[in-house]
Amino acid sequence: MSSATLEKNSSAPADAESTAAHLITVTFRIRRFNPEVSDQAVWEDFQIEMDPKERVLDALHKIKWELDGTLTFRRSCAHGICGSDAMRINGRNRLACKTLIKDINPHKPISVEPIKGLTVLKDLVVDMEPFFQAYRDVMPFLITTGNEPTRERRQSAADRERFDDTTKCILCAACTSSCPVFWNDGQYFGPAAIVGAHRFIFDSRDEGGEQRLEILNDRDGVWRCRTTFNCTEACPRGIEITKAIQEVKRALITRRF
Amino acid sequence: MKIHKYDTVIVGAGGAGMRAAIESTKRSRTAVLTKLYPTRSHTGAAQGGMAAALANVEEDNWEWHTFDTIKGGDYLVDQDAAEILAKEAIDSVLDLEKMGLPFNRTPDGTIDQRRFGGHSRNHGEAPVRRSCYAADRTGHMILQTLYQNCVKEGVEFFNEFYVLDQLITEVDGVKKSAGVVAYELATGEIHVFQAKAVIYASGGCGKFFKVTSNAHTLTGDGQAAVYRRGLPLEDMEFFQFHPTGIWRMGILLTEGARGEGGILRNKDGERFMEKYAPVMKDLASRDVVSRSIYTEIREGRGCGPEGDHVYLDLTHLPPEQLDAKLPDITEFARTYLGIEPYTDPIPIQPTAHYAMGGIPTNVEGEVLADNDTVVPGLYAAGEVACVSVHGANRLGTNSLLDINVFGRRAGIAAAEYASRADYVELPENPASLVIEQVERLRDSTGSERVTEIRKALQDTMDANVMVFRTEQTIKTAVEEIGALRERYRNVSVQDKGKRFNTDLLEAIELGNLLDLAEVMAVSALARKESRGGHYREDYPNRDDVNFMRHTMAYREVGADGTESIRLDYKPVVQTRYEPMERKY
Ligand SMILES: Cc1cc2nc3c(=O)[nH]c(=O)nc-3n(C[C@H](O)[C@H](O)[C@H](O)COP(=O)(O)OP(=O)(O)OC[C@H]3O[C@@H](n4cnc5c(N)ncnc54)[C@H](O)[C@@H]3O)c2cc1C
Ligand code: SF4
Ligand code: FES
Repeated sequence: MSSATLEKNSSAPADAESTAAHLITVTFRIRRFNPEVSDQAVWEDFQIEMDPKERVLDALHKIKWELDGTLTFRRSCAHGICGSDAMRINGRNRLACKTLIKDINPHKPISVEPIKGLTVLKDLVVDMEPFFQAYRDVMPFLITTGNEPTRERRQSAADRERFDDTTKCILCAACTSSCPVFWNDGQYFGPAAIVGAHRFIFDSRDEGGEQRLEILNDRDGVWRCRTTFNCTEACPRGIEITKAIQEVKRALITRRF
Repeated sequence: MKIHKYDTVIVGAGGAGMRAAIESTKRSRTAVLTKLYPTRSHTGAAQGGMAAALANVEEDNWEWHTFDTIKGGDYLVDQDAAEILAKEAIDSVLDLEKMGLPFNRTPDGTIDQRRFGGHSRNHGEAPVRRSCYAADRTGHMILQTLYQNCVKEGVEFFNEFYVLDQLITEVDGVKKSAGVVAYELATGEIHVFQAKAVIYASGGCGKFFKVTSNAHTLTGDGQAAVYRRGLPLEDMEFFQFHPTGIWRMGILLTEGARGEGGILRNKDGERFMEKYAPVMKDLASRDVVSRSIYTEIREGRGCGPEGDHVYLDLTHLPPEQLDAKLPDITEFARTYLGIEPYTDPIPIQPTAHYAMGGIPTNVEGEVLADNDTVVPGLYAAGEVACVSVHGANRLGTNSLLDINVFGRRAGIAAAEYASRADYVELPENPASLVIEQVERLRDSTGSERVTEIRKALQDTMDANVMVFRTEQTIKTAVEEIGALRERYRNVSVQDKGKRFNTDLLEAIELGNLLDLAEVMAVSALARKESRGGHYREDYPNRDDVNFMRHTMAYREVGADGTESIRLDYKPVVQTRYEPMERKY
C-alpha cells in the first residue's frame, strides 16, 4: 500500500532541487610543475564561472577542458570511492571529487596543490609507489593455517564489527601525506599502512597478527606516531585512524588482539 | 619502444582482471597492464552485492538463480552460460570469503544475504534473499580483497599503462593473438607486449552517456581495440539504465536501498511501482523500473520544479538500519545533495550503468572471431565481454558474480593455453598504429576540441538512445555520431609533452567512445523489437520470431578506405527454459 506520504517532507529538498545554477566567479590558485618545461614549481591562477554546488574536481575539469589542457591530475570515479584525487585544497588534504566549492569559501582564491611527502611528478600528480609499497609491506591479506573449511569461515557479527572501520580505506593517501612524521622520515610506514595492518590484525579469522606486529615493531612502524590527529581529520572515509593506530600500539604491548 | 615477453598478459585490474591474475600467475608468467592503479578500478564503486544461492537465510538453489538470470535477460541469455554462472556462484562467493572478504554476517556467523531486483524464489513466486554483501561497499571489498590476494601471490602489475592496440597475426590462415601495444602514462613511451595469451578485462564504456554511474575512465578501450582489428562486438545495443542515479549527477544509489525496503514515489507521494509490477513492485527488474520512472515523468507526475525526477524514499526505515546497511549511499546524498536521508526523500533519475554487450566469448572466456570460431590466445572477461549471461538486461548482483566466475575461468584457460602454446610472431612494425595515432594527435593543429565533441556525443546519446528509443531518434543519433567522427579527425590537444599527458589520452579515449557509440546505435536501429534494456516505442513488443538472436557487429573497411558496420546475427543457446512473457 502506498501508505506513507511525502507531505511532512514536501518542502525539504527544496535547496537541493533548486534548478537554476547560480554561477559565481571563483579563482583557483593551482601549484603547477612540469619538469619537461621547467624545474621550478609555480602558482597559477585560473578564474572560472562555477555553480558553488559543484565539486572541486568539476572545476579542475573545467580548467583542463576549456582553458589549459596541460593541467594534470588523477581522477576516475568522481564520487569518493576510487581514491585517485587526494590533493591539498586550501591547505587541507581532501578528495577533489568529495569537496563542494560552496564548502570551502569560494569568495577567496582556492588553493590546490599536490599532497605532501611524495615526489611530485607533474602538477597534482605524485609518485604513489612508496605509499603502496608501505601498504604491501604489512602483509595486507588474510593469513590462515590448517585446512580450508568447505563452507565459509564463521564470524560473529560482533567480530566482524571489530575491524569494520578499517575496511573502508580506499588507499587515497590523504592521511599519510598529512602526517608530519611521514614528511620528515622516509622510513615511517604512515597511517594508511597501519590502517591496512589493523584491518587484518583485528579480523578474528586471521592468524598472521604476530607477523604483522613484528614488521611494524621492527621498523618502529607505529611508535613514531605522535598522535597529531592530522590523519583522522584528513580521511575522506571517516576512518578513526588515530584510534586504529592506538589499538595496534596496545596490541604490540599486550600481544592481545 | 620497448618489447616485453610474457606467457599471459591481462589488460585491466578490476575485479575480472585481478580474479584472472590470481589464477594465471600461479600457472604462467603473467603481466597485468592497467591504466589505473588496481584499487582505482570501478569495481570498487559497486555497492549492493553479489548473487549466489547459498541459502543461508532462506531456501534457495542455483536452478532458481539460473531461471531468474534468463528471465531477467529477457531470454536473450545463453542458457548454458547462465547455468554455469549460477552454479559456480556458490564457490565463487566462498572463495572470496576464504581470501578474506569481510561479508556481513547472519546471527549464526554465516554470510548474510539480502533481496535484490529480479531475484526470486521458485521461478518468480516472491523475492528471495540471494545477494551476499558487505554493507553497501561490496565492490570495494571485492576489489580490495582481490588486490590483497594479488599482493600475496606476487602478481606483476604495470600501473598506468594504457593498452591501445591488439596485435593479431595470421598463421596458416588462422588469426591468432600475438600481444598488445601499450602507452606508458608516466613517460609517453610505447611498449609492445608479446604474449601467448591475452585477456581483456578492461571494463565498460558508459562514458558515452552524460548521466551515468560510470567512472570517467570507462571508455571501452578494450572493446574498441579488438573491434578495430576486425573482431565482432556482440549485443552492443543492450545497455542498462539503472533506476536510481542521483538526479543530474548519475551517481548510483544501490538497488540494495530498495532491497532494504526503500520505496519509489512520484510527486503525489504515490508508490507508483505497484501499478507496473504488482508482485515485485520496487524490485522489478531494472529496465522495467527505469521505464516506469520515465513514464511517470512523461505523464506529469515527476517531482521538482521541472518534474524531471522522482524520489527514492528511505525515511520510513530506522536510522540504525540505514547506518548499518547503507552508510555510503546515505553519505552520497548528504555530500552531493545536502539532503538528510533519515528525513528527506532523495531525488533520483535513471542513470546509464552497464554494458550488457561486448567482446563475444564462449564459457571458457575465449574470444570469438565470428559465431563459433575461436581466436587462439585471445580471452575476455567481465564487463568488456559478452558471454552472454546477461542477455538483454543484467540482474543486479550478477556482474560482481560474472567478473569472479568468468574472470577465474578466463585466467585458468588462458594460462593453460599459454603453457602449451608457442609465441606467435609479432606483426611487422607492431607499434605502428599506436605511434601513428599518438603522433597525429600530438602534432595536430586542428580546430576541434575533445571536450566539445565529447559533450555533443553524450548529449545525443542521452537524448536519442537512452531508456526510450524510436527509429527516428536512433537515426538522429547515427547521423550525429557520424558527423562527430568526422569532426574528430580534426581534433587537437594542447599538451604536447610526454610526461603524464592525460590530455592526449582523453583524446584517444574519445575516439574509442565514438567508435562504440556508433556500433551501439547501428545495432539498435536494426533491432526492431523491444527486449530488456532496448526499448523501441515504435516496436513495443518482443519479437522472438525475428529477433531471438544476438547481434554481431563487424567493422568493415572498403577498398577506398571507407569504414562501415556490418551486422550479422548469432543464435541464442537455449537449454531448458522456453521463452515466456516477462512479468514481475
Ligand atoms: C556504481 C556501480 C555500482 C555497481 N553495483 C553493482 C552491484 O552491486 N552488484 C553487481 O553485481 N554489479 C554492480 N555493478 C557492476 C559491476 O560493478 C561492474 O560491471 C564490474 O565491477 C566490472 O568489473 P570489470 O573488472 O569488468 O571492470 P572494472 O572494474 O571497470 O575494471 C576495468 C579495468 O580495466 C583497466 N583498463 C581500462 N582500459 C584500459 C586500457 N586501455 N589499458 C589498460 N587497462 C585498462 C582499468 O584500469 C581497470 O583496472 C555496479 C557498477 C557501478 C558503476
Ligand atoms: S585511511 Fe582514509 S585517508 Fe588514509 S588512505 Fe585510507 S581512506 Fe585515505
Ligand atoms: S575521483 Fe575517485 S575518489 Fe575522487
